[in-house]
Amino acid sequence: MRRIGDAPAVRRLLIGAALLLSALFLLLPLVAIFAQAFSQGVMVFWANVSNTFTLHAIGLTLVIALLTIPVCLVFGVALAWLVTRFSFPGRRILQTLIDIPFAVSPVVAGLIYLLLYGRNGWIGSWLDTHDIQLMFAWPGILMVTIFVTCPFVARELIPLMQAQGSREEEAAVTLGAGGWTTFRRVTLPNIRWALLYGIILTNARAVGEFGAVSVVAGAIRGKTNTLPLHLEQLYQDYNAVGAFASAALLALIALLTLAAKAGLEWRAARQEAFL
Amino acid sequence: MSQLALWRSGSARVLPGFGLSMGISVLFISLVLLLPITGLFGQLAGLSLAEYWAIITEGRVVASYMVTIGAAAVAALVNAVFGLLLAWVLVRYEFPGKRLLDALMDLPFALPTAVAGITLATLYAGNGWMGSLLEPLGFQVAYTWVGIALAMAFTSIPFVVRTVQPVLEDLPAEVDEAAMSLGATDGVAFRRVIMPHLWPALVTGTGLAFVRSLGEFGAIIFIAGNMPYETEITALMIFVKLQEYDYAGASAIASVVLFVSLALLLAINIWQGRFVRRLHGGKG
Repeated sequence: MRRIGDAPAVRRLLIGAALLLSALFLLLPLVAIFAQAFSQGVMVFWANVSNTFTLHAIGLTLVIALLTIPVCLVFGVALAWLVTRFSFPGRRILQTLIDIPFAVSPVVAGLIYLLLYGRNGWIGSWLDTHDIQLMFAWPGILMVTIFVTCPFVARELIPLMQAQGSREEEAAVTLGAGGWTTFRRVTLPNIRWALLYGIILTNARAVGEFGAVSVVAGAIRGKTNTLPLHLEQLYQDYNAVGAFASAALLALIALLTLAAKAGLEWRAARQEAFL
Repeated sequence: MSQLALWRSGSARVLPGFGLSMGISVLFISLVLLLPITGLFGQLAGLSLAEYWAIITEGRVVASYMVTIGAAAVAALVNAVFGLLLAWVLVRYEFPGKRLLDALMDLPFALPTAVAGITLATLYAGNGWMGSLLEPLGFQVAYTWVGIALAMAFTSIPFVVRTVQPVLEDLPAEVDEAAMSLGATDGVAFRRVIMPHLWPALVTGTGLAFVRSLGEFGAIIFIAGNMPYETEITALMIFVKLQEYDYAGASAIASVVLFVSLALLLAINIWQGRFVRRLHGGKG
């Protein structure tokens, strides 16, 4: 039976348009990043990547991501467990609140943290008298990164856990398994791929966050520079090749994220086919 | 025990961990998401209503609202068409490279916004690959509002594709077979049979893309040129006020942005809740 848009001419036209526009709009920028990064040869690229400032930015970026992931993981799993396994008043409100970081502009996110924990804020001024400085230092970067990335794990888990239902866990508990055993032996195997993808997304965003971080980081070169801030500084200093060297590293992480997603989806599709 | 007492004692809660997961979630949401917003209100409390009004209606700030909303609207509309095309092609046709195209759709989410920003600025500048083709034809993209809209469209295209795609996948083949067998042409059948199923998802995706574009910063500032009154976005206005240590001014503008984005988010959630429930008969 013929379906809508099955005529060969329509088909070819639509596929052609989609491919052409995607190539121009999405693929070309990706190619351009690497072309720019390597425009003066591999040696220059390597020199840009291995200089002290870049290495320091890479280090700080990785530390921030490594500290962000466990926090978001615990929160994401707890929230997903709460809203998919129990019904209680306020459940929908919690699910809406979790979307706040997606709707709030990153600059506004950075600003509200700066106002609260900066020297003039009501928590910040108290901290200041105790000689603790969170803003314009790495703890501030960590805090806004957690704000920006916290929905990802929960958002991956909630639809899946909702679809799976709680029958398996209830069976385990009825048979006498404790809470942790049930979670570890029954829930975790069911959600591990979604959990992994949530972590990958959290990592991608944590590594690449720019707006919120640029508000709270003092951007002292070699001290509070993450990789995205570092590349901005280089770009503003008219060192485009240096900026694109850092950009290429971040683009590589983005490509790995996409590959991981494609791999996990392929796995899920195969599992479904077996069932 | 009566039915009511059973319900009260929480017989629905066979599973453990209610207290723990509730504790972690509420503590986290309070500390990370809600508490910082109090800082904004604390700062605003220092302003009189007249001062507040003067800041948020200052000429340069109003111009930035216009630039941001206008470019975001154009970007969202372009993405509605482009996203619908991509979702359709990805769901309905088989062709070589389809899986790569599908993976490419998530690139704007995975790629850090600052990377997207410097790349688009370099591509569309007068000496860039695209700019050197377009500028002789009279199209200047970089450092104009067109560049701002382009950067917004780039960062928000996945919202439309990924919202429309699953709905299109779930549409049974019988729907368009029926239309076609009754003799409708492709165009009529698409408009009259497919679109009524798709438009709630299309509006949701376009709405999400619009909200994202209103707040976008990293991808835009490099290509925007940032000329006061001309190509300055509202997020940048907040940033500029901060650099001048005008915390009150930054907070006032931020409160407008925050209010608008939260109101839009709420509207989209309500809208989506209504239609998802209607289409899938229950569970949203």
